[in-house]
Amino acid sequence: MKISGKCVKLGDHINTDLIISGKYKYRTQDIRELAKYVFEDLDPKLKDRLYGGSIIVAQKNFGCGSSREQAPRVLKAAGVNAVIAESFARIFFRNAVNVGLPVIVSDKEFIMSVKEDETLSVDLSLGKVYALGSGLEASIKPYPEFMLKIIEAGGIAEYFKAFKRFPWENI
Amino acid sequence: MSTIVEKILAKSSGKNSVTAGEFVLSNVDVVFAHDGTALLAVESMQEIGIERVFDPSKVVFFIDHASPSPSPQISNIHSAMRKFAKKHGIRLYDVGSGICHQVLPEEGCVKPGSVIVGADSHTVTHGAFNAFATGVGSTDAAIAMSTGKLWFMVPESVKITVEGKFKDMVMSKDLVLHVLGEVKADGLTYKSVEYHGSCIDGMSVDSRMTIANMAVEMGAKCCPMELNSATEKWLKGRVSDFKEVKADKDASYVDELYVDASKLEPLVAAPSNVDNVKSVREVEGVEVDQVFIGSCTNGRIEDIKVAVKILGDRHVKARCIVIPASRRIYYEALNAGYIDKLVRAGCIVGFPTCGPCIGAHMGLLGDGEVAVSTSNRNFVGRMGSSSSKIYLASPATAAASALEGKIVDPRKYGEGR
Repeated sequence: MKISGKCVKLGDHINTDLIISGKYKYRTQDIRELAKYVFEDLDPKLKDRLYGGSIIVAQKNFGCGSSREQAPRVLKAAGVNAVIAESFARIFFRNAVNVGLPVIVSDKEFIMSVKEDETLSVDLSLGKVYALGSGLEASIKPYPEFMLKIIEAGGIAEYFKAFKRFPWENI
Repeated sequence: MSTIVEKILAKSSGKNSVTAGEFVLSNVDVVFAHDGTALLAVESMQEIGIERVFDPSKVVFFIDHASPSPSPQISNIHSAMRKFAKKHGIRLYDVGSGICHQVLPEEGCVKPGSVIVGADSHTVTHGAFNAFATGVGSTDAAIAMSTGKLWFMVPESVKITVEGKFKDMVMSKDLVLHVLGEVKADGLTYKSVEYHGSCIDGMSVDSRMTIANMAVEMGAKCCPMELNSATEKWLKGRVSDFKEVKADKDASYVDELYVDASKLEPLVAAPSNVDNVKSVREVEGVEVDQVFIGSCTNGRIEDIKVAVKILGDRHVKARCIVIPASRRIYYEALNAGYIDKLVRAGCIVGFPTCGPCIGAHMGLLGDGEVAVSTSNRNFVGRMGSSSSKIYLASPATAAASALEGKIVDPRKYGEGR
């Protein structure tokens, strides 16, 4: 599976309140409507850069804080194709896998070196990420097999619809 | 050989033993969700195409986050939850019952050694009762609700030993803030954190819940604690037929931390990260617009009691919102005369709910306003405007700060002063 998008760089500890604020979360169940407010408290202009296919490149502990699944859903709806980070908060990581947003752990050196707006390409099968502008490449942390199946299917709902079972039944 | 979490997950996945790093498919004893997450879980069930509940007695809904409803849209969310609960015969604790993490154990739903999954990150709170309790998103909650099972990676464990006694006006919130300052906001990511030591053994249930509650702020997956006599007493009449799970003496921990409780002083997490921990002395004098005493972290009777003690017959200078975490606590505070004293001191006493902690309603902060809050997160915009600032603190520090309209060391109002 290959994913590509424009690089949007963020820092450490990007929490789920920053991704989508609690004050909007309770207003509507409509994810596309919520996506209008993505990262509003961090930088209201950020949403324009996510639109149309982007890959967020963040540092440590991406997605920390609340368990709100609206966070990865909103990122997907806002045009984010994947998130690459040094590390993820565990609930966000599970949620992202479940809703089919690829969350990729890569090394710090690559994350610090890639340039804003350059095109990134991820090959999940080869376990590599490439920065096409600066010519950099790095390995990504491999997924357990059942998790890769969920991501490749586009989320757990899609997987279940296709196979009528969950992929972890034999773990 | 095994830690608490390894033993619980081995049993719940039908294995003799498991070790950290292993993936297991675990049975789930209780699944719950609230008005911020339940409807998305219901929608996830519909999306997956398996709209059923595996065991109605093991699934619980709470209307606590934006409750009573501040808008027609949220009222519709509440109505949809009630409809689902009725259709599937599951329990729903409606408006006014209290916060899920308080009501769930009060209602006897939390058994030592059990597996509890909640669509809320602070589900780790139930570790105070020796459960493996962890927060999940709505889709995982949907899967657990419909199949009674969920996969987990068995986490590595970290042991924190706390010996000694707190000094007057130092509370378990100060201990957990101290640990947070040491390990940082991602220091325990994916880990199970076990608190041991004489301080934890001698602690009240209220104080233990505060500690377990904030484990997630360090990234931890769970915080299962061994029972102590206060917790055993508390559980009597609420749950029966359970077996406590203790760690083996030679259990394997990836890291250990030692804390001398007698050396701790009142602390805050300054804006706008939970690990920006400073002593109250360092920030004393910062002007405060609002104080919030409540939430699943510190909205219990012990917290209200210490606030009442500090307030005495004086009147608050900053607006001070006090919200008991459950109807039971509200009653207890009412019967003890605390509500009367709080109202006389000029506090605003709310009905049981999450309140302003999650930024949905009941005291949101305006531009540039400063709050001292006993809750668990001080992120940008968490309680209102993105330019407001939140200092997380103990109920003692919060009450003392409310009195003076600025951040104050509560030891000033302690014994012998």
